[in-house]
Amino acid sequence: MFECFTMASWSPYIVGAGIGVLSWLTFLLSDHPLGCSTAYARTAGMVESVLSQKNVGKMPYYRKFAPKVEWQWMLVLGVVIGAFISAYLSGTFSLQAVPPLFADTFGTGAALRFAVALVGGVLMGLGARWAGGCTSGHGISGTLQLSVASWIAAVCFFAGGILVAGMIYGFPIL
Amino acid sequence: MALKQLRSNTRAQLVLGLVFGVAFGFLLQKGGVTEYGVILGQLLLTDFTVVKVMLAAIVVGMIGVFLMNRAGMVSLHTRSGSVGATVIGGLIFGAGFAVLGYCPGTAAGAFGSGALDAAIGMIGIAIGAGIFARFYPALDRTVLKRGEFPAETIPELVGMKRGMVVAVVAVLILCLLYSFEVLGI
Repeated sequence: MFECFTMASWSPYIVGAGIGVLSWLTFLLSDHPLGCSTAYARTAGMVESVLSQKNVGKMPYYRKFAPKVEWQWMLVLGVVIGAFISAYLSGTFSLQAVPPLFADTFGTGAALRFAVALVGGVLMGLGARWAGGCTSGHGISGTLQLSVASWIAAVCFFAGGILVAGMIYGFPIL
Repeated sequence: MALKQLRSNTRAQLVLGLVFGVAFGFLLQKGGVTEYGVILGQLLLTDFTVVKVMLAAIVVGMIGVFLMNRAGMVSLHTRSGSVGATVIGGLIFGAGFAVLGYCPGTAAGAFGSGALDAAIGMIGIAIGAGIFARFYPALDRTVLKRGEFPAETIPELVGMKRGMVVAVVAVLILCLLYSFEVLGI
Protein backbone atom coordinates (compact mmCIF):
# COMPACT_ATOMS: atom_id res chain seq x y z
CA MET A 1 0.00 0.00 0.00
CA PHE A 2 2.85 2.38 0.77
CA GLU A 3 4.86 1.33 -2.26
CA CYS A 4 3.95 4.51 -4.11
CA PHE A 5 5.94 6.54 -1.57
CA THR A 6 9.13 4.63 -2.37
CA MET A 7 8.73 4.86 -6.15
CA ALA A 8 11.34 7.14 -7.72
CA SER A 9 8.82 9.00 -9.84
CA TRP A 10 5.12 9.51 -10.39
CA SER A 11 3.21 10.40 -13.54
CA PRO A 12 3.36 14.18 -14.17
CA TYR A 13 -0.45 14.16 -14.34
CA ILE A 14 -0.78 12.60 -10.87
CA VAL A 15 1.74 15.09 -9.50
CA GLY A 16 -0.01 18.01 -11.20
CA ALA A 17 -3.43 16.90 -9.96
CA GLY A 18 -1.94 16.58 -6.46
CA ILE A 19 -0.63 20.14 -6.63
CA GLY A 20 -4.08 21.24 -7.82
CA VAL A 21 -5.75 19.62 -4.80
CA LEU A 22 -3.05 21.13 -2.57
CA SER A 23 -4.00 24.57 -3.92
CA TRP A 24 -7.64 23.96 -2.89
CA LEU A 25 -6.44 23.36 0.64
CA THR A 26 -4.16 26.42 0.77
CA PHE A 27 -7.03 28.64 -0.39
CA LEU A 28 -9.49 27.02 1.99
CA LEU A 29 -7.44 26.67 5.18
CA SER A 30 -4.90 29.48 4.79
CA ASP A 31 -6.52 31.95 2.38
CA HIS A 32 -3.21 31.92 0.45
CA PRO A 33 -2.36 30.84 -3.09
CA LEU A 34 0.72 28.61 -3.47
CA GLY A 35 3.75 30.79 -4.17
CA CYS A 36 7.44 30.90 -3.33
CA SER A 37 9.27 34.03 -4.47
CA THR A 38 7.97 36.48 -1.85
CA ALA A 39 9.67 34.36 0.80
CA TYR A 40 13.03 35.09 -0.84
CA ALA A 41 12.35 38.84 -0.75
CA ARG A 42 11.48 38.58 2.96
CA THR A 43 14.71 36.62 3.53
CA ALA A 44 16.71 39.34 1.75
CA GLY A 45 15.09 41.89 4.05
CA MET A 46 15.88 39.82 7.16
CA VAL A 47 19.55 39.45 6.12
CA GLU A 48 19.80 43.16 5.34
CA SER A 49 18.36 44.14 8.69
CA VAL A 50 21.02 42.02 10.42
CA LEU A 51 23.88 43.38 8.30
CA SER A 52 22.96 47.06 8.28
CA GLN A 53 21.97 49.41 11.06
CA LYS A 54 19.39 51.15 8.92
CA ASN A 55 15.76 50.44 9.50
CA VAL A 56 15.09 48.04 6.63
CA GLY A 57 11.45 47.83 7.63
CA LYS A 58 11.03 51.42 6.46
CA MET A 59 12.04 50.63 2.86
CA PRO A 60 8.87 50.85 0.73
CA TYR A 61 9.19 47.29 -0.59
CA TYR A 62 9.59 45.79 2.87
CA ARG A 63 6.60 47.77 4.08
CA LYS A 64 4.63 45.77 1.51
CA PHE A 65 6.38 42.49 2.33
CA ALA A 66 7.59 42.66 5.92
CA PRO A 67 10.95 40.91 6.46
CA LYS A 68 9.72 38.15 8.74
CA VAL A 69 9.01 34.43 8.81
CA GLU A 70 5.39 33.85 7.77
CA TRP A 71 3.20 31.28 5.99
CA GLN A 72 5.03 31.29 2.66
CA TRP A 73 8.48 31.26 4.28
CA MET A 74 7.46 28.09 6.13
CA LEU A 75 6.10 26.71 2.84
CA VAL A 76 9.52 27.05 1.15
CA LEU A 77 11.19 25.47 4.16
CA GLY A 78 8.64 22.66 3.92
CA VAL A 79 9.46 22.15 0.22
CA VAL A 80 13.09 21.42 1.14
CA ILE A 81 11.95 18.90 3.78
CA GLY A 82 9.26 17.29 1.60
CA ALA A 83 11.63 16.83 -1.33
CA PHE A 84 14.20 15.34 1.03
CA ILE A 85 11.63 12.85 2.39
CA SER A 86 10.60 11.88 -1.15
CA ALA A 87 14.20 11.43 -2.35
CA TYR A 88 15.19 9.58 0.81
CA LEU A 89 12.23 7.16 0.64
CA SER A 90 12.93 6.32 -3.00
CA GLY A 91 16.67 5.99 -2.37
CA THR A 92 17.53 8.70 -4.89
CA PHE A 93 18.95 11.21 -2.40
CA SER A 94 22.55 12.04 -3.26
CA LEU A 95 24.69 15.12 -2.80
CA GLN A 96 25.55 16.56 -6.17
CA ALA A 97 27.29 19.81 -7.11
CA VAL A 98 27.06 19.66 -10.91
CA PRO A 99 24.00 18.28 -12.74
CA PRO A 100 24.90 15.68 -15.43
CA LEU A 101 23.58 17.73 -18.39
CA PHE A 102 25.68 20.73 -17.33
CA ALA A 103 28.74 18.51 -16.74
CA ASP A 104 28.47 16.97 -20.23
CA THR A 105 28.86 20.37 -21.86
CA PHE A 106 30.82 22.48 -19.38
CA GLY A 107 32.80 19.93 -17.34
CA THR A 108 32.47 18.69 -13.78
CA GLY A 109 34.08 21.71 -12.10
CA ALA A 110 31.86 22.81 -9.20
CA ALA A 111 33.18 26.40 -9.16
CA LEU A 112 31.86 27.16 -12.66
CA ARG A 113 28.46 25.61 -11.97
CA PHE A 114 28.13 27.48 -8.65
CA ALA A 115 29.04 30.79 -10.31
CA VAL A 116 26.49 30.17 -13.09
CA ALA A 117 23.83 29.13 -10.55
CA LEU A 118 24.45 32.30 -8.53
CA VAL A 119 24.10 34.54 -11.60
CA GLY A 120 20.98 32.64 -12.71
CA GLY A 121 19.52 32.94 -9.22
CA VAL A 122 20.10 36.71 -9.10
CA LEU A 123 18.36 37.14 -12.47
CA MET A 124 15.52 34.92 -11.30
CA GLY A 125 15.03 36.71 -7.97
CA LEU A 126 15.08 40.08 -9.71
CA GLY A 127 12.67 38.92 -12.44
CA ALA A 128 10.30 37.19 -10.03
CA ARG A 129 9.82 40.28 -7.89
CA TRP A 130 9.71 42.51 -10.98
CA ALA A 131 6.89 40.42 -12.45
CA GLY A 132 5.22 39.94 -9.05
CA GLY A 133 5.49 36.15 -8.91
CA CYS A 134 7.25 32.99 -10.02
CA THR A 135 6.44 29.68 -11.68
CA SER A 136 4.19 28.73 -8.76
CA GLY A 137 2.72 32.14 -7.79
CA HIS A 138 1.97 33.23 -11.36
CA GLY A 139 2.49 29.98 -13.29
CA ILE A 140 0.10 27.83 -11.24
CA SER A 141 -1.81 29.88 -8.64
CA GLY A 142 -2.43 32.98 -10.76
CA THR A 143 -3.29 31.11 -13.94
CA LEU A 144 -5.76 28.82 -12.12
CA GLN A 145 -7.55 31.98 -10.91
CA LEU A 146 -7.65 33.17 -14.54
CA SER A 147 -5.46 36.20 -13.86
CA VAL A 148 -4.51 38.01 -17.08
CA ALA A 149 -1.12 39.09 -15.67
CA SER A 150 -0.31 35.52 -14.59
CA TRP A 151 -1.01 33.97 -18.01
CA ILE A 152 1.13 36.65 -19.67
CA ALA A 153 3.86 36.15 -17.05
CA ALA A 154 3.86 32.37 -17.60
CA VAL A 155 4.24 32.84 -21.36
CA CYS A 156 7.13 35.29 -20.78
CA PHE A 157 8.84 32.89 -18.31
CA PHE A 158 8.91 30.19 -20.98
CA ALA A 159 9.67 32.58 -23.87
CA GLY A 160 12.71 33.99 -22.03
CA GLY A 161 13.69 30.53 -20.78
CA ILE A 162 13.48 28.86 -24.20
CA LEU A 163 15.50 31.66 -25.78
CA VAL A 164 18.29 31.62 -23.21
CA ALA A 165 18.38 27.81 -22.89
CA GLY A 166 18.82 27.69 -26.67
CA MET A 167 21.65 30.20 -26.44
CA ILE A 168 23.36 28.00 -23.82
CA TYR A 169 22.86 24.51 -25.29
CA GLY A 170 21.90 25.26 -28.91
CA PHE A 171 18.41 25.25 -30.33
CA PRO A 172 17.37 21.62 -30.88
CA ILE A 173 15.16 22.40 -33.86
CA LEU A 174 17.85 24.31 -35.82
CA MET B 1 -16.69 30.43 12.18
CA ALA B 2 -13.84 27.99 12.78
CA LEU B 3 -12.29 28.59 9.35
CA LYS B 4 -11.95 32.32 10.02
CA GLN B 5 -10.28 31.63 13.34
CA LEU B 6 -7.87 29.19 11.75
CA ARG B 7 -6.91 31.66 9.01
CA SER B 8 -6.14 34.40 11.50
CA ASN B 9 -4.25 32.16 13.92
CA THR B 10 -0.65 33.11 13.17
CA ARG B 11 0.94 30.11 14.84
CA ALA B 12 -1.43 27.61 13.23
CA GLN B 13 -0.71 29.19 9.85
CA LEU B 14 3.06 28.75 10.31
CA VAL B 15 2.45 25.05 10.96
CA LEU B 16 0.04 24.78 8.02
CA GLY B 17 2.55 26.53 5.73
CA LEU B 18 5.16 23.98 6.70
CA VAL B 19 2.78 21.05 6.19
CA PHE B 20 1.65 22.34 2.78
CA GLY B 21 5.29 22.91 1.87
CA VAL B 22 6.24 19.34 2.77
CA ALA B 23 3.43 18.04 0.53
CA PHE B 24 4.42 20.45 -2.27
CA GLY B 25 8.10 19.47 -2.08
CA PHE B 26 7.21 15.78 -1.98
CA LEU B 27 5.08 16.14 -5.13
CA LEU B 28 7.66 18.26 -6.98
CA GLN B 29 10.37 15.69 -6.24
CA LYS B 30 8.18 12.74 -7.26
CA GLY B 31 7.34 14.60 -10.48
CA GLY B 32 11.02 14.92 -11.34
CA VAL B 33 10.73 18.68 -11.76
CA THR B 34 13.36 19.27 -9.08
CA GLU B 35 15.98 18.02 -11.57
CA TYR B 36 18.07 20.46 -13.59
CA GLY B 37 17.95 18.11 -16.60
CA VAL B 38 14.14 17.98 -16.59
CA ILE B 39 13.76 21.77 -16.40
CA LEU B 40 16.37 22.41 -19.11
CA GLY B 41 14.72 19.62 -21.14
CA GLN B 42 11.48 21.60 -20.99
CA LEU B 43 13.18 24.84 -22.08
CA LEU B 44 14.98 22.95 -24.89
CA LEU B 45 11.60 21.42 -25.82
CA THR B 46 12.84 17.84 -25.47
CA ASP B 47 10.96 16.90 -22.27
CA PHE B 48 7.46 18.19 -21.50
CA THR B 49 7.25 17.06 -17.86
CA VAL B 50 7.20 20.61 -16.44
CA VAL B 51 4.36 21.77 -18.70
CA LYS B 52 2.38 18.56 -18.02
CA VAL B 53 2.66 19.05 -14.24
CA MET B 54 1.70 22.72 -14.50
CA LEU B 55 -1.27 22.20 -16.82
CA ALA B 56 -2.65 19.32 -14.73
CA ALA B 57 -2.28 21.47 -11.59
CA ILE B 58 -4.02 24.41 -13.28
CA VAL B 59 -6.98 22.35 -14.51
CA VAL B 60 -7.60 20.62 -11.17
CA GLY B 61 -6.88 23.72 -9.10
CA MET B 62 -8.98 25.99 -11.31
CA ILE B 63 -12.15 23.89 -11.12
CA GLY B 64 -11.94 23.36 -7.35
CA VAL B 65 -11.11 26.96 -6.51
CA PHE B 66 -13.87 28.19 -8.85
CA LEU B 67 -16.49 25.98 -7.19
CA MET B 68 -15.35 26.88 -3.67
CA ASN B 69 -15.31 30.56 -4.57
CA ARG B 70 -18.84 30.35 -5.96
CA ALA B 71 -19.98 28.65 -2.76
CA GLY B 72 -18.47 31.56 -0.81
CA MET B 73 -15.87 29.34 0.86
CA VAL B 74 -12.70 30.99 -0.53
CA SER B 75 -11.75 34.39 -1.88
CA LEU B 76 -9.60 34.96 -4.96
CA HIS B 77 -6.25 36.75 -4.94
CA THR B 78 -5.54 38.20 -8.37
CA ARG B 79 -3.54 41.33 -9.02
CA SER B 80 -3.28 43.66 -11.96
CA GLY B 81 -0.23 43.63 -14.23
CA SER B 82 1.43 45.68 -16.92
CA VAL B 83 3.84 45.36 -19.82
CA GLY B 84 6.52 47.14 -17.74
CA ALA B 85 6.17 44.78 -14.78
CA THR B 86 4.81 41.47 -16.07
CA VAL B 87 6.47 41.22 -19.49
CA ILE B 88 9.89 42.69 -18.63
CA GLY B 89 10.02 40.89 -15.26
CA GLY B 90 8.79 37.68 -16.86
CA LEU B 91 11.52 37.75 -19.49
CA ILE B 92 14.23 38.44 -16.88
CA PHE B 93 12.82 35.56 -14.84
CA GLY B 94 12.91 33.34 -17.95
CA ALA B 95 16.58 34.12 -18.51
CA GLY B 96 17.28 33.20 -14.89
CA PHE B 97 15.16 30.05 -15.29
CA ALA B 98 17.46 28.83 -18.10
CA VAL B 99 20.73 29.86 -16.44
CA LEU B 100 19.89 28.48 -12.99
CA GLY B 101 17.87 25.50 -14.22
CA TYR B 102 15.47 25.64 -11.26
CA CYS B 103 12.72 28.04 -10.16
CA PRO B 104 12.19 29.46 -6.65
CA GLY B 105 10.05 26.47 -5.59
CA THR B 106 11.90 23.69 -7.40
CA ALA B 107 15.29 25.09 -6.27
CA ALA B 108 14.17 24.44 -2.69
CA GLY B 109 13.06 20.95 -3.72
CA ALA B 110 16.29 20.29 -5.60
CA PHE B 111 18.28 21.36 -2.55
CA GLY B 112 16.23 18.92 -0.46
CA SER B 113 17.10 16.15 -2.91
CA GLY B 114 20.81 16.91 -2.54
CA ALA B 115 21.56 19.41 -5.34
CA LEU B 116 24.15 21.79 -3.90
CA ASP B 117 24.03 24.11 -6.93
CA ALA B 118 20.35 24.67 -6.13
CA ALA B 119 21.34 25.96 -2.67
CA ILE B 120 23.69 28.48 -4.33
CA GLY B 121 20.81 29.36 -6.66
CA MET B 122 18.53 30.00 -3.66
CA ILE B 123 21.11 32.45 -2.26
CA GLY B 124 21.15 34.12 -5.69
CA ILE B 125 17.36 34.40 -5.76
CA ALA B 126 17.37 36.12 -2.36
CA ILE B 127 20.11 38.52 -3.57
CA GLY B 128 18.13 39.26 -6.74
CA ALA B 129 14.97 39.89 -4.71
CA GLY B 130 16.99 42.19 -2.42
CA ILE B 131 18.29 44.14 -5.45
CA PHE B 132 14.70 44.56 -6.63
CA ALA B 133 13.62 45.80 -3.19
CA ARG B 134 16.41 48.39 -3.26
CA PHE B 135 15.42 49.74 -6.68
CA TYR B 136 11.67 49.29 -6.17
CA PRO B 137 10.82 52.98 -5.56
CA ALA B 138 12.66 54.08 -8.74
CA LEU B 139 11.28 51.19 -10.82
CA ASP B 140 7.77 51.85 -9.54
CA ARG B 141 8.02 55.47 -10.68
CA THR B 142 9.38 54.60 -14.12
CA VAL B 143 8.67 51.18 -15.67
CA LEU B 144 6.39 49.07 -13.47
CA LYS B 145 3.15 50.88 -14.31
CA ARG B 146 3.86 51.24 -18.05
CA GLY B 147 1.22 49.70 -20.27
CA GLU B 148 -1.20 48.44 -17.61
CA PHE B 149 -3.35 45.53 -18.76
CA PRO B 150 -7.00 46.50 -19.42
CA ALA B 151 -8.41 43.86 -17.03
CA GLU B 152 -7.33 41.85 -14.01
CA THR B 153 -8.97 38.56 -14.99
CA ILE B 154 -9.77 36.74 -18.24
CA PRO B 155 -13.57 36.75 -17.60
CA GLU B 156 -13.46 40.58 -17.29
CA LEU B 157 -11.21 40.85 -20.36
CA VAL B 158 -13.43 38.80 -22.66
CA GLY B 159 -16.73 39.73 -21.03
CA MET B 160 -17.79 36.16 -20.30
CA LYS B 161 -19.06 34.52 -17.13
CA ARG B 162 -16.27 33.04 -15.00
CA GLY B 163 -17.84 29.57 -15.11
CA MET B 164 -17.86 29.65 -18.90
CA VAL B 165 -14.18 30.66 -19.07
CA VAL B 166 -13.29 27.90 -16.57
CA ALA B 167 -15.04 25.35 -18.81
CA VAL B 168 -13.34 26.61 -21.98
CA VAL B 169 -9.86 26.73 -20.41
CA ALA B 170 -10.35 23.25 -18.90
CA VAL B 171 -11.35 21.80 -22.28
CA LEU B 172 -8.43 23.50 -24.05
CA ILE B 173 -5.92 22.21 -21.47
CA LEU B 174 -7.32 18.66 -21.61
CA CYS B 175 -7.17 18.71 -25.45
CA LEU B 176 -3.56 19.90 -25.26
CA LEU B 177 -2.60 17.17 -22.77
CA TYR B 178 -4.42 14.57 -24.86
CA SER B 179 -2.55 15.68 -27.98
CA PHE B 180 0.76 15.36 -26.07
CA GLU B 181 -0.11 11.71 -25.40
CA VAL B 182 -1.26 11.03 -28.96
CA LEU B 183 1.88 12.61 -30.40
CA GLY B 184 4.06 10.83 -27.84
CA ILE B 185 5.52 14.11 -26.51
